[in-house]
Amino acid sequence: MTLPQISILIVLLPLVAAAVVGLFGRKLPRAAAHWLTIGAVGAAFGLSAYVLSATLNGYTFNGNLYTWLNSSLGAGGDIQFNVGFLIDNLSAMMMVVVTFVSLMVHIYTIGYMAEDPGYSRFFSYISLFTFSMLMLVMSNNFMQLFFGWEAVGLVSYLLIGFWYTRPTAIYANLKAFLVNRVGDFGFLLGIGMVLYYFGSLDYASVFQAAPVLAGTQVNIIPNVPWSLMTVTCILLFIGAMGKSAQVPLHVWLPDSMEGPTPISALIHAATMVTAGIFMVARMSPLFELSTTALSFVMIIGAITALFMGFLGIIQNDIKRVVAYSTLSQLGYMTVALGASAYSVAIFHLMTHAFFKALLFLAAGSVIMGMHHDQDIRNMGNLKKYMPVTWITSLVGSLALIGTPFFAGFYSKDSIIEAAKFSNIPGSGFAYFAVLAGVFVTAFYSFRLYFLVFHGKEKWREVKHDAHHDDHGHHHGLTPQDDPHEPGWVVKLPLILLAIPSLVIGYIAIEPMLFGSFFKDAIMVDAVSHPAMEHLSHHYHEILHSPAGMALHGVLTLPFLLAVSGVTLAWFFYMKRPDVPAGLRERFNTIYQILENKYGFDSFNERVFAGGARWIGNKLWQIGDVQLIDGAMVNGTARLVGRISGIIRQLQSGLIYHYAFAMIIGVFLFLTFFIKIN
Amino acid sequence: MLHLNILNHHVLSVAIWLPILAGIVVLLLGSDNKAAFTRWLALAGSLAAFFATLPLYTKYDFSKGAFQFEEMVQWIPSFNINYHLGVDGIAVPLILLTSFTTVIVVIAAWEVITKNIAQYMAAFLIMSGLMIGVFSALDGILYYVFWEAMLIPMFLVIGIWGGVNRVYATIKFFLYTLLGSLLMLVAFIFLFHKTGSFEVTDYYQLPLSLNEQILIFMAFFMAFAVKIPMWPVHTWLPDAHVEAPTGGSVVLAAIMLKLGGYSFLRFAMPIAPDAAHYLSGFMITLSLIAIVYIALVALVQKDMKKLIAYSSISHMGFVTLGFFIFSQLGLEGAIVQMISHGFISAAMFLCVGVLYDRMHSRQIADYGGVVNTMPIFAAFMVLFAMANSGLPGTSGFVGEFMVILAAVKYNFWVAFLAATTLIFGAAYTLWMVKRVFYGDVANPKVAELKDLNRREFLILAVLALMVIGFGVYPKLITDFTHVSAMQWLDHMAISKLPVAGL
Repeated sequence: MTLPQISILIVLLPLVAAAVVGLFGRKLPRAAAHWLTIGAVGAAFGLSAYVLSATLNGYTFNGNLYTWLNSSLGAGGDIQFNVGFLIDNLSAMMMVVVTFVSLMVHIYTIGYMAEDPGYSRFFSYISLFTFSMLMLVMSNNFMQLFFGWEAVGLVSYLLIGFWYTRPTAIYANLKAFLVNRVGDFGFLLGIGMVLYYFGSLDYASVFQAAPVLAGTQVNIIPNVPWSLMTVTCILLFIGAMGKSAQVPLHVWLPDSMEGPTPISALIHAATMVTAGIFMVARMSPLFELSTTALSFVMIIGAITALFMGFLGIIQNDIKRVVAYSTLSQLGYMTVALGASAYSVAIFHLMTHAFFKALLFLAAGSVIMGMHHDQDIRNMGNLKKYMPVTWITSLVGSLALIGTPFFAGFYSKDSIIEAAKFSNIPGSGFAYFAVLAGVFVTAFYSFRLYFLVFHGKEKWREVKHDAHHDDHGHHHGLTPQDDPHEPGWVVKLPLILLAIPSLVIGYIAIEPMLFGSFFKDAIMVDAVSHPAMEHLSHHYHEILHSPAGMALHGVLTLPFLLAVSGVTLAWFFYMKRPDVPAGLRERFNTIYQILENKYGFDSFNERVFAGGARWIGNKLWQIGDVQLIDGAMVNGTARLVGRISGIIRQLQSGLIYHYAFAMIIGVFLFLTFFIKIN
Repeated sequence: MLHLNILNHHVLSVAIWLPILAGIVVLLLGSDNKAAFTRWLALAGSLAAFFATLPLYTKYDFSKGAFQFEEMVQWIPSFNINYHLGVDGIAVPLILLTSFTTVIVVIAAWEVITKNIAQYMAAFLIMSGLMIGVFSALDGILYYVFWEAMLIPMFLVIGIWGGVNRVYATIKFFLYTLLGSLLMLVAFIFLFHKTGSFEVTDYYQLPLSLNEQILIFMAFFMAFAVKIPMWPVHTWLPDAHVEAPTGGSVVLAAIMLKLGGYSFLRFAMPIAPDAAHYLSGFMITLSLIAIVYIALVALVQKDMKKLIAYSSISHMGFVTLGFFIFSQLGLEGAIVQMISHGFISAAMFLCVGVLYDRMHSRQIADYGGVVNTMPIFAAFMVLFAMANSGLPGTSGFVGEFMVILAAVKYNFWVAFLAATTLIFGAAYTLWMVKRVFYGDVANPKVAELKDLNRREFLILAVLALMVIGFGVYPKLITDFTHVSAMQWLDHMAISKLPVAGL
């Protein structure tokens, strides 16, 4: 089989499995639901790995499957909207990550959703998600990218609202969809700019034309010339801000934790939320032409990285801690994009996909062990009962905080260095934010770790009715219960994800960052944006090897910050649990600000949601009902009524009156026609 | 052989008169005593009428933009009125949509309509033929006759099978349309005076001063804007929808609104191209008001049918927007939007009908948690809601995407306002879905709901296939529109103003 044929198979297998299980799931046995989808996604993973090996050997493919439609924007140019694939190292790597994490999540789901009545529906959705995400990363044009972009949004909507009777879940999924739509609004306009100025939506032709158009100015506001590239890139990035949950469009991601944990791992940590990062990296030939846009990207990323990390500190729901850590890490990737270190962003995307999926699935395992109690204040000492979950969580946490030799170290350290070397406006702030973020990350990660896996077995102290997770269901362990580690379908994915969380950074850093892995896919203007050049130079001159980098890393500031974060967490939550409580009292204002998540939610709820409803009501009641219907339509009707009241007097019922009127009428008509002729 | 000849050479006549004939047969032979027979007869008629329109697809010459399947017979020679039919790539998809929708409406009425079945079915069959007549008439008077005649069955459908306030709705509908139609007739008489003919193609060649063009355009505008409907002459539609039976709503939304859009392309704009350009700013403003204002109004509706009605108006804003930015992409997008909206709005109204038949309420507040008792139905509804929100992969995306992209070139801020539909469209549709379908079972009535029966499943499944099919492969529509739209734009680019000094 040729590469294009394999590519088609890779996207179609999950789609067909999703369709079969979705349509006939109720008639099929449960095992069929998971075997069909696992088979399809497993095969897609195998084929993706094969594709990656082919692209590593220099084989790439860029071609169209079929023409979606063709039209024209005038001036003789014909535009084709195609469905097609671009297979290079970037997309092949994404395919492998997506299908691998998806496969792990499929297997894990057998255990996690075992008792759920929506079992087959769930498998259908995650397979559909895999298809959508693959369409997104494999696309060779903006139209299909947008298709995948919105399709993953759809599946995210369906999965956040998977437990559709829960008020919080169906609030969260609507919120997620709408906030993403705000991003897509910008994204679509960006695509419109691309089509207008580049005359095509195919990546290849757009990127080829980009340097020519680099100096183009557009007057979006009359007489205010802006750079075309800046406008286009910022509009596209607004899309990324929605999907990759960057401030201020991040508000949907914490709430998305209402969905079942496997999809939090797959969609809201490892893959879908990184689509924005992937997109910007894919668009590097455009973003490179606008330092302003890059600066914007970097500052947004830095704000997200630091301020979302703070929120992770005060969360008590195990999934929400991980969710805020995801937000913060997405901010890191965005900072890397802003520093023109696209390959570093993608590298962190990959390592993060493994260790964050691991952390989420481990959190899910803890939740199962705790009988669906998600409050970390009720946990403790789980290492005794759930050893596999414990060890793999530790691996994930160490990777997340950037411990040398772990996957996260290589990618995160590179981001910090890239921010340091970057010279664009905002890079100073970004460097500070990602550095400070290291401390924050280490602190909340190990706060979680210590509270869950070490210390006292707190569920034994708590009255049963005192703890609820935020679903308000009857959950949790009674003081006599022991938590149990779930079976192999849960443990196996944890172990399989822990392995890359340990080693993938060590293996991949050289080819991905300093080798030729992305040389065809990512373009960097080393003259204007030299951060990557410096990074490479630094690596080759001082660090020499991944091991050298790790050893050198032990002596650097980020590592010190991480160690102090861990130590502080240990001190606060193991040694002196009274201290955080006292701090909370003393700094109550700050605590309240964090508790309210900086007020974004209430602001959006009041101003945007409430405002739209208020305006809608006014337009309806005043515009439609009073003005148009009341004054114009019914007013006309009343007028007609009044006139006919007068005319009615003429209806005397006497034949000669009517006859007379008819004669006058005919006379008038004749006069009219004679006049005209 | 003669018989075959008629089918081959009079495709359009057959498409028009076969459903009308079928309607008359149903009226004569059917009755409530023979309910089953009447229904099957109507179904057979609608299917035959649908198949009669298929040659328009199979025998269409996609390389030509001019009128095809033309038929021309003298009708009233003294006034030079002809029975002149012909279609181009803009009309054919709409005709196919019409005959298709009629089949759906007949099946949808199956067990729902129990009184005056024959009259109900006949009304829709006859209406179908008349609407196809509107889409294919190339003579002003013939067009006008079809245009007015088609309203009668619709008035009857709302007036007889409608809801409590049907009389108010019918009168409002009637007043609005009458006002517009009369001005249109005046325009035709004026044009007859100028040319001595009612041939549309003669009007295309007629030079007119800008003032004349504006007056003609505005006269047509009054007729067509009401039908689409454009803001601010839209308020009849929500009332008409609320009172109409499900089938009436389906035809109203799926086809009748498109008559207005189509007629802009066939009459108002090419007859008065300079006026169309001159007034394009005005038309675009009205379109944008429809898209934004109406979407916000839709958001706060409490009645599902009203919400979908307002949603229709908002979506039709894309149609007029696409027309008046004068670009191939925008125009084709507008036509695709018309076809797509035909499927999606039909599906949405049928879904409300499914609920109404069971609960006898359209109020959102009376529902909640329907998915618990009707999971299959909920799946369909979510699909159609997503299509209504313009999700890529469904037909609802295609037209809006094309129009918004084209609008960026026209003016960024026009595109900006149009693109808000991404947010508002999703907001009003999915918020309704949330309140009606998700959550716990809201009340005992919802708890007793039965999921779709086979007939309902069949209709929604067919529509779902259409919505996805055209979303994945919209080229099926643009193959029709491509050349015709190009020629239309070429025509629109040539001024009809009399050359000075002659």
